Amino acid sequence: MRYLLRRLLLVPVPLVFVIAFVFVVLRLTGDPVAIYLGLDATPEQEAVLRAELHLDKPLPVQFGYFLIDLLQGDFGTSIQFKRPAMEIVLERLGSTLQLLSLGLLLAIGLGVLGGVACAVWKDKVPDFVISVLAVVGQSMPSFWLGILLIQLFALDLQWLPTSGQGGWEHMVLPVVTLATFLVPNFILVTRVSVLETMREQFVVTARARGSGPARALWLHILPNALNPVVSLVGLQLGRLMGGAVVTESIFAWPGVGRLMVSAIFQRDVPIVIAAVFIVAVTIVFANLLVDLAQAAIDPRIRLR
Amino acid sequence: MKWFGPRLKIQIGIALVLAMCVMAVFAPLLAPHDPYAQNLMLRLRPPVWEAKGSWTYPLGTDNFGRDLLSRLIYGSRLSIAVGLMAMLVALSFGTTLGLVAGYLGGRTEQVIMRFADGYQAIPEILLAIVVVAVFGGGVVVLVLVLGFAGWESYTRVAFNLTRSLRERPFVEAAVASGAGGRYVMWRHILPQMSPVLTVIATLQVGQLILQETALSFLGLGLPPPTATWGNILAEGRDRLLVAPWIANLAGIAIVLLVLGVNLLGNGLRETLDPRRADRR
Repeated sequence: MRYLLRRLLLVPVPLVFVIAFVFVVLRLTGDPVAIYLGLDATPEQEAVLRAELHLDKPLPVQFGYFLIDLLQGDFGTSIQFKRPAMEIVLERLGSTLQLLSLGLLLAIGLGVLGGVACAVWKDKVPDFVISVLAVVGQSMPSFWLGILLIQLFALDLQWLPTSGQGGWEHMVLPVVTLATFLVPNFILVTRVSVLETMREQFVVTARARGSGPARALWLHILPNALNPVVSLVGLQLGRLMGGAVVTESIFAWPGVGRLMVSAIFQRDVPIVIAAVFIVAVTIVFANLLVDLAQAAIDPRIRLR
Repeated sequence: MKWFGPRLKIQIGIALVLAMCVMAVFAPLLAPHDPYAQNLMLRLRPPVWEAKGSWTYPLGTDNFGRDLLSRLIYGSRLSIAVGLMAMLVALSFGTTLGLVAGYLGGRTEQVIMRFADGYQAIPEILLAIVVVAVFGGGVVVLVLVLGFAGWESYTRVAFNLTRSLRERPFVEAAVASGAGGRYVMWRHILPQMSPVLTVIATLQVGQLILQETALSFLGLGLPPPTATWGNILAEGRDRLLVAPWIANLAGIAIVLLVLGVNLLGNGLRETLDPRRADRR
């Protein structure tokens, strides 16, 4: 309980960073008045809008108004869609979360299995094959992998659609692409962690008292080896988000990442800001979940 | 499979990286054609191993009739240069902060390390996307964005190492004989950390090259017609049905370079850190 409270107190820290970052970027994107009104606006119109957006006040006051707007969920109106930017971003959030969660689950599953296989057959053929695949996977740009999968399964074999959103068959390629991007790191971390745990005293004791190799692995080694894997999930959240942006762009998946990239080309600043904010908030809360999961798995963290 | 040890990894890694660097440095001599010369009569020629290929364009041509081999050779220049320079930005900035935080401790340490923690909450790709959206894509912007997205790992490592090195007798002896803080950090502590930093930096170059190609692929890197591997792959994606070799050859080029860098980094790690090599 004390751990939970202490951890919750840390939530606002990264959020403050993100908000400050967003504000600085917003001020750097140039004069919003020019973007909204276009070239043929009269000076009077500009002055009215400037006062309306509080741009005639000093910067700290502007930051204050900016914070109030954020707290009210007001991120401005999208230039492309003529609707509140936050509304549009939230509509797309579900698709992104679906892709992220499925991709992450698949990556953890495959990564842990692969890592355990490597550790069990250390320096044998399975270890060699999986380790080589992991290093090659780490060197593989995910956008090329996605394109290879499209060529093979959508164009040549015609088993799956090339892009878009629909039934489960639309999810296979994006989820596999995103997962493959993450699997190598999970394999390498699981492998090292399992190998280390294998040497612990309690494992030797369990084996000496007659526990078979399989029982020792699943009951004694794996639960204790999983902690670094869970922390890796937290460390990979940023990369996961980057992978999602690329994956959504390749497969025309209607999520926040693709929206953000297209908004950049349309110079639709309110959408970019709202999307950055939502993604950052998602990562902060995902990190919170990871830390709580870790505390649940490992009592040592709760008591620290 | 003991034979696939650090030695072999470093050898293969150096061979791949060296080949790519030679290609980048001598691009004007090696490229058979001008990478930007368009010839619309010769659009989408297949590579030499396909039925209609010819040795004039060994890897075929793209949608504007530009020689793909020449574009790939020139593309290696930008990927390697951006990857290396961004690594140097991250390495120097991150290490300096970690060194100072670890050596001085106290309030300096609190400020720097909390800054690093908070900074980590901003995902690299978001930083890159937003900054490129504001300033437009260019070599300098890319180097700075990628560099300043990846400095925290150096700060953390340099901080932890400095804290333990500060207590070592040779550092205490230097301080006792009157060496100033800057001298001790620069001449006594930094050299001790260099093996670990080398390993992290090498592995980071591979990741940075991947990030650069990903940004180019999304259209947020250097604008076309600049010959970068990410741009070539993005152009190839639009011609997948008629000319799949464009995207795939660019993909192979990226994998070979990054694989070389990663093998080199992994081999170095296993060599320089015997405790961890034992576990592998």
